[in-house]
Amino acid sequence: MTMTADATALKPQIDTLFWRKRLMAFGLPALVLAYFVYIFFAFDMAGLSGRANLDNGKTLVRDSYSYKTHVTRDNRSAAVSIAIEGERKGAYPDGQSPDWVTLGSDQGTDTVIDLGDGHVVTFGETQVTYDVPGYGLIVTEPGRRGVQAQFPAGDLPDWINASKNRLAVYTDAGRLTVTRNRSEVFKYNYGWELFFFTLDSPYHTMGWGEVLSRAVTGEAGAIVSDFWNNKMWRHADVAWAIFETILMAFLGTFGAAIVSLPLAFLAAKNFAPLMALRFAMRRVFDFFRGVDALIWTIVLSRAFGPGPLTGALAILITDTGSFGKMFSEALENVDGKQIEGIQSTGAKPLQRYRFGVLPQVTPILLSQVLYFLESNTRSATIIGAITGGGIGLLLTQAIITQKDWEEVSYYIVLIIVMVMMMDWLSGILRRKLIKG
Amino acid sequence: MADLTADAPIADIRTHYLEMTRRRRTYSAITLAVFVALMVAGFRTADDRNAGGFFDGLHRLFDFPAEVLGEAGQKLAEMPAHFVKFLPSLIETINIAGASTLLGAMAAIVLSLLSTRGLARWPRLIPLFRRIMDITRAIPEIVIALVLIFILGGGPVPAMIAISLHTAGALGKLFSEVNENASLKPVEGLQSVGASWSQRMILGVLPQVMPNFLSYALLRFEVNIRASAILGFVGAGGIGYELKNAMSWGKGQYDEAAAIFILLFATIVIVDQLSSEVRHRLTHGAKLKEATQ
Repeated sequence: MTMTADATALKPQIDTLFWRKRLMAFGLPALVLAYFVYIFFAFDMAGLSGRANLDNGKTLVRDSYSYKTHVTRDNRSAAVSIAIEGERKGAYPDGQSPDWVTLGSDQGTDTVIDLGDGHVVTFGETQVTYDVPGYGLIVTEPGRRGVQAQFPAGDLPDWINASKNRLAVYTDAGRLTVTRNRSEVFKYNYGWELFFFTLDSPYHTMGWGEVLSRAVTGEAGAIVSDFWNNKMWRHADVAWAIFETILMAFLGTFGAAIVSLPLAFLAAKNFAPLMALRFAMRRVFDFFRGVDALIWTIVLSRAFGPGPLTGALAILITDTGSFGKMFSEALENVDGKQIEGIQSTGAKPLQRYRFGVLPQVTPILLSQVLYFLESNTRSATIIGAITGGGIGLLLTQAIITQKDWEEVSYYIVLIIVMVMMMDWLSGILRRKLIKG
Repeated sequence: MADLTADAPIADIRTHYLEMTRRRRTYSAITLAVFVALMVAGFRTADDRNAGGFFDGLHRLFDFPAEVLGEAGQKLAEMPAHFVKFLPSLIETINIAGASTLLGAMAAIVLSLLSTRGLARWPRLIPLFRRIMDITRAIPEIVIALVLIFILGGGPVPAMIAISLHTAGALGKLFSEVNENASLKPVEGLQSVGASWSQRMILGVLPQVMPNFLSYALLRFEVNIRASAILGFVGAGGIGYELKNAMSWGKGQYDEAAAIFILLFATIVIVDQLSSEVRHRLTHGAKLKEATQ
């Protein structure tokens, strides 16, 4: 009897419960979806295709795994120069060329550029020709009267862009641009060229075996110095920048830990009897955390100028807030018995802290500090990009030039490796510390 | 046994103990000395590399805040107008954080389920999903944001994508730690009635872990507001972008910068307080309810 009565009373309850659950099950996803629809319009995603520049994306992706070599002919003097990425740092010395370019001599022999797959560009005395397999020979005679390009019979394909003063031919093998004053060929090759040695180094043309054997016979110093001072990739600067970033994180994190430990005692319930002081300390911590690292960075860089110290101090101040809060919470959970035990031996307050409190909290605090060290390595990269220091600065500089994408991808890889190494290191240290 | 009570071994133990303590102290002292040396050397290196020295700049530390606040004080009447003016960009910053936390959390749920032993759809691919999370977690947001700004143009979308990726990795790791503590019994029960993998996860695992997930996601939201403000500073829209512009007006025009500083500070503090309140309820709320009933 009572059972059925209970059941009839229970049913409406259960019904409402189920109804509420069903509402949640559909309502929550609907709410999220509605938010995303709002975001879609708020962020103007529809207009994104207009703003996006996919050519930039293509250049970026292609540059990150390949490099291009420029072969340039000055149409007035007929002089030919070859440079990697068109930069002076990557220029071939006079008379030297990669093996796909046959340099012409002064006696009127042509410079022949073999782009592969039968594509051949010839820089003659007056003529520039491009033999495209399956299409025919393009002949131009650049000079004061324009480019004067002649094409094989038929309509111009869309990979050729020709006007009176400019000719551009884009093929899979490379690219030829001819203007009145200049003829230029780009050839794309895979890899990061000149990563180890630049062209002015004697080791550039040697194989690994030969470099190694020379290193053994006493040239190790010169080899390392040539690599280290590589003008194209600037290994020394990059290593220093990474060191600077880690330094910022290290100084900031441990500096914050040193500053906030005594302050945390003032904010912990069981160590600071004065409520007003405790309250004030907590608000100070809240303030340090609330004023974001971004604002601290701006304020500090006004006082100290750009550089790693500014970044370290910005991390230090923000983390003092976080550590102060976390440390004081850890201190409030300290076991009072150990302190009493120390007190019973007649220890003074400072000794009580040293032997009664610190051994209890050190593993917790250190593990928190080390955890922050890893995340601060990432913050130091970001702060470095804003205030100008470390690998963050190099990265922003490389991105701003908008052409050194292979360097950008190199830096990105280095940053990822750096953060993962710090993660790994802090993990090892944490495990060691907790074990004792 | 008898030896233990004898005098000689106790003296032995005593010397051993003292020696051990001494050695420990020596090691601690050496570690401390190395640490102090590293800190000092690091500080001096950083100081050398900085454009301005630490001790030269120290007295200037409060010049800029004083200047900004002073100007804000002079133009106090204009402040409300500035707040209204920058409210839309503040909302954009919060939206970037909100959308990327949502997107990142959803990706993190999937990634974490795929990389937890016992729950994974394809147990062999666990290391793969773990590495994906490690890598997305290791990339600072600014790197992806800057590259995407180059391709997609300035605006909130690059920031949103960049923060989402990082959030997916960071939350994914925390979520998979939560998943490891989830009871497998509901999952097995569902499996026994023929539920598919996604049904098992949605009905068997997620209800168990959702409070913890929400709590972590809220914490991440706090972090992401700061991140989206920073990304704005490098050109990704929102309040950070306005701050950069306001800063470039220079001396005598810092009242707008002051308004932005105050808005940003207030937002961060309010969101911190709100989310810690909600998180507290999520973890301790159940207990309170039981107590009142």
